Amino acid sequence: MPEAAIKCRELVKRYGDLTAVAGIDLDVRRGECFGMLGPNGAGKTTTIEILQGLREPDGGEVEVLGLTWDRHEGELRQRMGTQLQETKLPEKLKVEEVVRLFRSFYRRGRSVDEVLALVALEEKRTAWVGKLSGGQRQRLAVACALVCDPDLLFLDEPTTGLDPQSRRQLWGVIEEFRRRGGTVLLTTHYMEEAERLCDRVAVVDHGEIIALGSPRELIASLGAEHVVEFALEQGEAPPDDVLAALPGVEHVARENGTTHLTVSRVHQVIPALMRLLSERGASLSELTTHHASLEDVFLNLTGRHMRDE
Amino acid sequence: MNRPETSALVQLTLWRLREFTREPEALFWVFAFPILLALALGIAFKGRGPEVVRVAVEAGPGAEALAQSLNADGRIEAAIVDSAEAHSRLRTGRVALVVGAGDPLVLRFDTTRVESDIARLVVVNAVQESAGRRDVAVIRDVRVTEPGARYIDFLIPGLIGLNIMGTGMWGIGFGIVKARNDRLLKRLLASPMRKSEFMLSFMLSRLIFLGFEVGAVLLFGLLMFGVPIRGSILAIAAIVVIGAMTFSGVGLLVASRARTIEGVSGLMNFVMVPMWIFSGVFFAYSHFPDGMQPVIRLLPLTALNDALRAVQLDGVALAATAGPIALLVAWGALSFVVALKVFRWQ
Ligand SMILES: Nc1ncnc2c1ncn2[C@@H]1O[C@H](COP(=O)(O)OP(=O)(O)O)[C@@H](O)[C@H]1O
Ligand SMILES: [Mg+2]
Repeated sequence: MPEAAIKCRELVKRYGDLTAVAGIDLDVRRGECFGMLGPNGAGKTTTIEILQGLREPDGGEVEVLGLTWDRHEGELRQRMGTQLQETKLPEKLKVEEVVRLFRSFYRRGRSVDEVLALVALEEKRTAWVGKLSGGQRQRLAVACALVCDPDLLFLDEPTTGLDPQSRRQLWGVIEEFRRRGGTVLLTTHYMEEAERLCDRVAVVDHGEIIALGSPRELIASLGAEHVVEFALEQGEAPPDDVLAALPGVEHVARENGTTHLTVSRVHQVIPALMRLLSERGASLSELTTHHASLEDVFLNLTGRHMRDE
Repeated sequence: MNRPETSALVQLTLWRLREFTREPEALFWVFAFPILLALALGIAFKGRGPEVVRVAVEAGPGAEALAQSLNADGRIEAAIVDSAEAHSRLRTGRVALVVGAGDPLVLRFDTTRVESDIARLVVVNAVQESAGRRDVAVIRDVRVTEPGARYIDFLIPGLIGLNIMGTGMWGIGFGIVKARNDRLLKRLLASPMRKSEFMLSFMLSRLIFLGFEVGAVLLFGLLMFGVPIRGSILAIAAIVVIGAMTFSGVGLLVASRARTIEGVSGLMNFVMVPMWIFSGVFFAYSHFPDGMQPVIRLLPLTALNDALRAVQLDGVALAATAGPIALLVAWGALSFVVALKVFRWQ
């Protein structure tokens, strides 16, 4: 058995002048949950759909479960489960009818009852899809992905647009699949999701991987565990090199008038920062601190926030 | 052995049926519409004996007497109006003929209008008779309105053909374009579903309701207007099934690449409207010039209507409709194969 569940090399996809995927290499190990984290338009959907044999790449190699799409499409489709971004399941069908429909495409798999129990939709089994809430629909989409008892699960932004409770419910479903030894490739632009679910994360921006590692490693790469953010009411922020010289500051980033300091020791930085600002006659309108997250990793790498809301 | 729950073809077909039965508007269009249309047309063209001939008599000396003698003929309805009004009525089709009293009598009419020609014959006859003409040959009229030769008899098989085409095209076209827009086709593509089974399910689902759909119109024609069913029901069933398969295939082809509902509607009208006109639904296609006949005969709806009429009205055996049936099968098979090839899944 080959070690890698998914392997791709120098994946490239262009749409006219736009290079949506600009040479991506991935190695997803069996049994791991691998996340692609990046903002809208980073190329996550394009990549995951190429890996699923739904779009043709302009260049690069793809191997899934040790097989290739050219030669083993039939077998691969039997062994993978998928949830695509923006699929609307048939609204006039009942929940159990949709699951039974998808079950009928596969040679082997789980029973309809089993799958509905897995995603906690037993009570809705005779409800029309059109009457489900957003979270329930998304769980139904995942149910259709799980019905073949797949070796490999592809999830494209499974929780985008869901409320926190529905999101946590879906995370539970994915974790349960992992416990049974399944491999997951998911895309997301929620850092909490990547931090909670993923063993390893590839941070993607403009069609390229700009960082790769476990969430813990990526955060540790900031060299410090805390972030101090401040904005000024009046006066000008001190230059980067002055801020970087403060005790315990590892990195300085700015965005929309807010300055982010990645720091190792908050208790040393704050007094020094206050002194510096008052010497320069600047006054604060905002000052917050938090534990460093993947969001800060992205900000440090790109100077932008992941989410544009 | 495949049980129904695990057969993809069964599940896909059930999906189609559910989409249809859970959509009340669709049910109306398929069942009620052809019956309402047949009712309206049947009443409009119901045989009521000879048509009344409407003529205007120009006001003037002798007009009164002339109008009276014309009205004495049961078939003529003459009204005295002034000359300008008479001409305006002729122009707008409210009268078929304008009569000017005097010697000679003046008849104004338009030779391109059939009813004007008839009006002229009727009026001339009435005038001559009231002037004392003696007929030299003796003629006896026998009025015949035999079921099978009336307009409604012609119409019912045409409506069945029209309906089979319409439901095949609309039902399939909209379903596919919606699924494409909903990215549902892409989701299906990601599964091991067989593409041919997906397509086949659209054709199969048409069969289930076909019996009701066609039966309703046949029965309505029989009970309401006495439209006969002279050939065998089995032969009609066979033709109807083949016709439905053919137009499902054409529907799949029309919907195979369209991305929007507007796009697919336009394409479907582009395909169907010529057949509404040329394929002998509402009137015989023999009205069109000889040069067009070979093309008209190649249209699938022409073949379907011809076969249906031959069996229902003339009572011929199924074998006698082999030509049109072969044409239908060719259209259906070709459309299905091309649709499968060019189909856009995302
Ligand atoms: N079918 C397409 N045609 C043209 N451009 C596309 C198409 N699909 C995606 N793109 C473009 O490629 C880029 C990456 O898109 P996508 O892979 O959907 O990103 P993400 O899933 O990370 O939001 C975007 O700029 C998007 O507009
Ligand atoms: Mg996306």
